[in-house]
Amino acid sequence: MNSIQKNRLKDQLFKYWGIACTLIGLVLLVLFIGDILIDGISRIDWAFITDLPSRKAEKSGIYTALMGSIWILLLTTIIAVPVGVAAGVYLEEYSKKNRLSAILEINISNLAGVPSIIYGLLGLEVFVRIMSLGASVLAGALTLSLLILPIIIVATREAVKAVPKSIRDASYALGASKWQTIWYQLLPASGGGILTGVILALSRAVGETAPLIVVGALAYVPFAPSNPLDEFSVLPIQIFNWISRPQHGFIENAAAAIIILLLITFVMNGIAVYFRNKWQKKWK
Amino acid sequence: MEITMNKIADRKIDLNTISSKDGTELNQASRIEAKDVKVWYGDFMAIKGIDMTIKPNTVTAFIGPSGCGKSTFLRLFNRMNDYVEGFKMEGKIKINEDNIYKKKINVEELRKEIGMVFQKPNPFPKSIFENVAYGLKIQGITDKKFLNERVEKALRQADLWEEVKGDLKKSALALSGGQQQRLCIARTLAVKPSIILMDEPTSALDPISTAKIEELIHHLKEEYTIIIVTHNMQQASRISDYTAFFYLGELIEFDKTKKIFTNPEKKQTENYITGRFG
Repeated sequence: MNSIQKNRLKDQLFKYWGIACTLIGLVLLVLFIGDILIDGISRIDWAFITDLPSRKAEKSGIYTALMGSIWILLLTTIIAVPVGVAAGVYLEEYSKKNRLSAILEINISNLAGVPSIIYGLLGLEVFVRIMSLGASVLAGALTLSLLILPIIIVATREAVKAVPKSIRDASYALGASKWQTIWYQLLPASGGGILTGVILALSRAVGETAPLIVVGALAYVPFAPSNPLDEFSVLPIQIFNWISRPQHGFIENAAAAIIILLLITFVMNGIAVYFRNKWQKKWK
Repeated sequence: MEITMNKIADRKIDLNTISSKDGTELNQASRIEAKDVKVWYGDFMAIKGIDMTIKPNTVTAFIGPSGCGKSTFLRLFNRMNDYVEGFKMEGKIKINEDNIYKKKINVEELRKEIGMVFQKPNPFPKSIFENVAYGLKIQGITDKKFLNERVEKALRQADLWEEVKGDLKKSALALSGGQQQRLCIARTLAVKPSIILMDEPTSALDPISTAKIEELIHHLKEEYTIIIVTHNMQQASRISDYTAFFYLGELIEFDKTKKIFTNPEKKQTENYITGRFG
């Protein structure tokens, strides 16, 4: 075998190795989703979504957990988005590039890597105890807001940074103030990127379990929250609770709830991809 | 602030006294005076002490090899260098007797007086109308009729109206490069500045678009003071009344364009315009 043939063989081998590696992840995901679908799809009907949890598996529904998740999602959005976007814009547009800003930057990246249960402990101490919000939806949402803030800040910075300097120049040269330039040019132009980051962050928040358990979300709640200070459960906790039951019926319920949860995150990711593409088109 | 106040006062008088041949009101151009201007970027001295007076209603071309400081000098007049890290400036720049580098100057007000057109056309990713109206809207002007009139007038002045009048809602990014640059000029005109700075406005354009913009500059000097940075010697000689030759942060020669191109005082100027270096 000469060296050309050898190289070709290596080329082919690497190609197939690459395909195999790619497939491992995909196949496992397909198997997992398939398995869940087989277990749970027959359990999903309107009653499953609108029923309260019950001791009997076949009468149990996800209504309270779903409502809890929606409450958490809404409150987290309201809290985390303005704070995260403002912080991102500040860091990119206002803060001077010095040692302090470098330290800030590194720490924000570090925060993104802190295990979520640590955020849960922080939330328990600060929101539940010191601010005495109790094990409420608000305390949970505040905790998750902290968790996803770094993601939103980083996404905002990247999106704002991607707006060409020429747009800033044009705006300033027409007599716009910094605030006007940010509000009328930078934010609309980077809106797609920011929205993508926000949605991805929120879809992470909706799947979080550990910090909410620490904060005190309940596994069994007989009612849906009606105000931010109510106790609550969320879908992942409901799933966790059902899976730990011995009866087979609850396993089916868990599978069905997983399908709903996956559906929510897939739809959110889909929306994120849609906005990203739309935004990219606008610039090209 | 003071600049605007002065100018508004000026304008009131102008309404009665200055009008063009067909009797329409004319915009009032401004005068620029630079005194011993020095600029540093960090430790690097980009401008090494320049004095210059630019008369109203003239076109002045800044020429010189890359890195000679002509763009830096141009951007001093609307304080666009303020955002550059390490920027430091000494000396005075007066526009109609007001030093624009004194502390209490309002930079936003200043920039409404002194428009700028950039090297690469940089329309906002918005509609044609929104692009032209932007400078007015950020001043808080919301009167539809007024905006419509101003936008139309600016587009006409920039010789773009006939091409876009049916489609003002269309994205500005859908226009050709030459049209985009004329849109950027219209956007600047809509704010009614008294000076227009142009930083190599045709270097990204084809010859036909370039010719259009040069013709435009010729008309605009009736109402504005225009300064244009250019690398194109022919362009400088075609469109400008005065030419300033910069080299290594210094103003080597500044005179009537005719004089610079036919009988320059300095050897360096002659070498540059005849293409012997740079």
